[in-house]
Amino acid sequence: MVKVDGSGGNSSLIQARDLDKKYRRGGEEIHVLQGLNLDVSQGEFVAFMGPSGSGKTTLLNLLGGLDVPTRGSITVAGDEITHMSASKLTDWRARHVGFIFQMYNLIPVLTAFQNVELPLLLTKLSKAERRKHVETALSIVGLADRMHHFPRQLSGGQEQRVTIARAIVSDPTFLLCDEPTGDLDRKSADEIMALIEELVASHHKTVLMVTHDPVVASRAHTILHLDKGALVEGGKSPQSVTAGGVA
Amino acid sequence: MKFARIIWANLVRKKMRLILTLGSFAVALFLFAFLAVVRDAFNRGADVAGADRLVVINRTSIINLIPLSYRDKILRIPSVTYVTHNNWFGGIYQEEKNFFPQFVIDPENQRQVFPELIVPDDQWNAFLKDRQGAVVGAKTAERFHWKIGDRIPIKTTLYGGGSWEFNLDGIYHGKRPQDDETQFWFQWDYFEERIPQAIKGQIGWYVLRVKNPDDAVSVAKAIDTEFANSPNETKTETESAFAASWVKQFGNIQTLILSIGSVVFFTLLLVTGNTMAISVRERTSELAVFKAIGYSDRFLLFFVLAEALSIAIIGGGLGLIFAFLAIPGLAAALNGLLPSIILAPSMLVFGFVVALVVGILSGLLPGITAMRLRVVNALRRV
Amino acid sequence: MVEKLVFGLIITLAAVAALLLVLVVVLGIAAGLLAPFLGSVPISYNFRSIRARWTSTIVAILGIAGTVGVFVAMLSLARGFRATLVASGSPGNALVMRAGSTSEMMGGITLDSIKVLQDAPGIARDSSGQPMLTHEVVGVIPVPLISTGTDANVQVRGVSPNVLQIRTFVKIKQGRMFQEGLNELVVGSNATKTYAGLTVGNKIDFAGGHWQVVGVFDAGGSAFDSEVWCDSQIFNAVLKRPANIFQSATVHLASPAAFQEFKDAVTSDPRMNVDVWREIDYYAKQSTTMTRLITVLGGIVAFIMAIGAVFGALNTMYSAVAERGREIATMRAVGFSAWNVILSFLFEALLISIIGGIIGCVVVLPLNGFTTNTMNFQTFSNVAFAFKITFDLLVMGVIFALVMGVLGGLLPAVRAAISPVAVALREL
Repeated sequence: MVKVDGSGGNSSLIQARDLDKKYRRGGEEIHVLQGLNLDVSQGEFVAFMGPSGSGKTTLLNLLGGLDVPTRGSITVAGDEITHMSASKLTDWRARHVGFIFQMYNLIPVLTAFQNVELPLLLTKLSKAERRKHVETALSIVGLADRMHHFPRQLSGGQEQRVTIARAIVSDPTFLLCDEPTGDLDRKSADEIMALIEELVASHHKTVLMVTHDPVVASRAHTILHLDKGALVEGGKSPQSVTAGGVA
Repeated sequence: MKFARIIWANLVRKKMRLILTLGSFAVALFLFAFLAVVRDAFNRGADVAGADRLVVINRTSIINLIPLSYRDKILRIPSVTYVTHNNWFGGIYQEEKNFFPQFVIDPENQRQVFPELIVPDDQWNAFLKDRQGAVVGAKTAERFHWKIGDRIPIKTTLYGGGSWEFNLDGIYHGKRPQDDETQFWFQWDYFEERIPQAIKGQIGWYVLRVKNPDDAVSVAKAIDTEFANSPNETKTETESAFAASWVKQFGNIQTLILSIGSVVFFTLLLVTGNTMAISVRERTSELAVFKAIGYSDRFLLFFVLAEALSIAIIGGGLGLIFAFLAIPGLAAALNGLLPSIILAPSMLVFGFVVALVVGILSGLLPGITAMRLRVVNALRRV
Repeated sequence: MVEKLVFGLIITLAAVAALLLVLVVVLGIAAGLLAPFLGSVPISYNFRSIRARWTSTIVAILGIAGTVGVFVAMLSLARGFRATLVASGSPGNALVMRAGSTSEMMGGITLDSIKVLQDAPGIARDSSGQPMLTHEVVGVIPVPLISTGTDANVQVRGVSPNVLQIRTFVKIKQGRMFQEGLNELVVGSNATKTYAGLTVGNKIDFAGGHWQVVGVFDAGGSAFDSEVWCDSQIFNAVLKRPANIFQSATVHLASPAAFQEFKDAVTSDPRMNVDVWREIDYYAKQSTTMTRLITVLGGIVAFIMAIGAVFGALNTMYSAVAERGREIATMRAVGFSAWNVILSFLFEALLISIIGGIIGCVVVLPLNGFTTNTMNFQTFSNVAFAFKITFDLLVMGVIFALVMGVLGGLLPAVRAAISPVAVALREL
């Protein structure tokens, strides 16, 4: 279930209420998000679309605990993250979020294996246990045979698959993707999207994705548009949404 | 530890830069060691000196002689255990540049007053029996490839001039690394025998030992009082005070060395700090990814510091090792100009600490930058 | 036999390598300096590049400046010491000592020998026909340093009262000359500043005598400025040395050319057993040990620092090449030859090093004339001397900087010029 009018009750996995985000740019104050609401249940695959500058990435950063809203609250799996201290937020991210960015995801001086292992180094797992998790993650994304290659030895699509492996290796609560296929050719993009769909379908992952590509967005269960600082469901106009969803 | 792999991978990211930075560190630490060694050589007398040894010279001028007859009076002073006397000979062996100190010694008391200069008993006994015998320090013997039994000719224009010949009966070694092993000793009796009547019976200076180092000051006063108002007044000091005032005459050598050392220190700091800063700047997006994944701010500071420290330890270590190997060779270049050059373990430790400090300082600013990095800003650069 | 061959081969190869290196460095400097005229890459590129990487550039500049500074400082210290000593001698004077003596203090000349010297050919005479000769005795006396309060060995020189005629560059600048036969002292201009109690009107005791300081003399920056002078007969008496035996005699020659005549006459005289030196040569020799020590030490330090500075320069230049990778590749793709790229980088490296060299020289300049003192091993006495920075030293410093610049700029320049263009363009 995905709702943008604040009516999702308390049962959703990810919940945002009345989010405001302002920041200064060149002396001007920019109101990126205004009164934004969101409810996402477990297992959902949501795509966020909107014109450039509409705040899609900002929203993702807030939901992922990389940034703090000016006003409002965000609750994930029962944890209210908006008032967490920076260090607690860091721990929280490690345990709950898997990130897939458009590029620069991988550390170029580490092998695929070592890149995927990164989140696990923060845990108390032994070396053997870590290896098991990494190998599992890499086989899910189909790159078990490239474990010890460096990013420069992989194609763009393969790099993103390693990124996905890293994002799922510690079994996070949900995945955040910011233009995951932005840099790839059509064929690789398809492969990546197929993989993400697979993760949702077979492994019950919850995925929030930002994209500008309608073809990519169509792969998601739900498409939400960011417009004037708030979310509207795909296809519907802002005026038809009930109170609480419009600035 | 599990992050070593990542730290190492980052270090060797740009091999040439790593080599150059390590090289700068190595060079700086090598220089440090060299300067420490030179400074120590200039200060040498002051620490070699025994705390329970006193030196008595002519108050008027260090070059003037003192009567041998003073010895018995000195021996009568309470707490004085052994007294020996030396004369400076100042001759030439083959050519002027082959300089080494030559002393006329009093064999009876030499070993008691200078117990740290060790001669094997059989060699010493041979020396005692040989009027024209000589004992030489291991370093000088090595320098000229002398062996026991060699005949050593020394020329002088003083003391009636001429060529004096000696039989090398013994070679002495110092107990500690900093003991002087360059001296050449020969018999007082032979010296007295050969010199003109007018200057017989006079020695250059006395060296004596007291029972208790605490008595040094009072004994010194007693000796000088005894010979005050005589034709040859004395000046008595502890060996270390004597050596220290000798060193002070080298004026601003210490300041010079300190200044050079500081220049090196700051330049090194600058070079390494700059390299670390560049390296961090290049990796902003990577560091952002670390933070996104869940690595704390402080963790990133740790990463950067660890890299800086690794460079410091490896580079500094290399420099110090090289110093350890090369400095004895450099000492040869300065042969005869300075007392023996030695690299003491304490200097190595000090150098290592300096390297660590520079490592931490150079990694601090870039590390703080990394720590303060905001993920959202860094990733926006995409 | 084979060993010798192999050894010889290695030496030859090393010599050839060294020569090549020197050649490369010289050519590199020439090329780099002429780059704005020889090359077609505008030097505005270099300035822009430097400004963009200003922190690295400043680091390299400081490294070179520091090295050059130390280099010039140490050499000027050695020069100053030597100059002080050499200035003590004049070409028109001859020093006579007992044969075989390596320094004045060891010498011994009787009054009879002095008389022989006074009659020798080649010696100058004053207006009243008196031979210009000073018979001298040198002693070392402990006097406290003003700076530390501890004793330093001061050289006291007993001289003949007419000494100022023989050492014509010495002038009384305060008070007056001592009178013959009295316990009076004149002190050098450095001595009065360095040692306690040596001021005009003061009475001091040493060597068992009571003396009065009656004047200060200026010895033109020579070692004599650190000395104290008195009547040599009185000095002999106070030191309880045998009367009428001196350590040396210094003679003013009728002309510098008369030296050989004087020397031959004196050394061939069967009554005499002496060595005759040109005063200048004697003093030059007295300075060798200390000068060598300072030069060797300074040389080692400067050499080591130079290596470090070259590393710093290399680091900067390599990062320049790395950062401008795409720009260089583009230029080369467009048609600038590898040669032009090399020239451009060499110029940049030399620019950096010249600035560093000049800064290093400028920073050290205030040291010129700064006096310090040290002990001359060969005479056991304290000598005050000054840093002496001459123009040629500064030039050497700048050339040193240029050499470091070339060494730091050549390899990166070559790397920039030959790395495959396609690779460079692909590297983001």
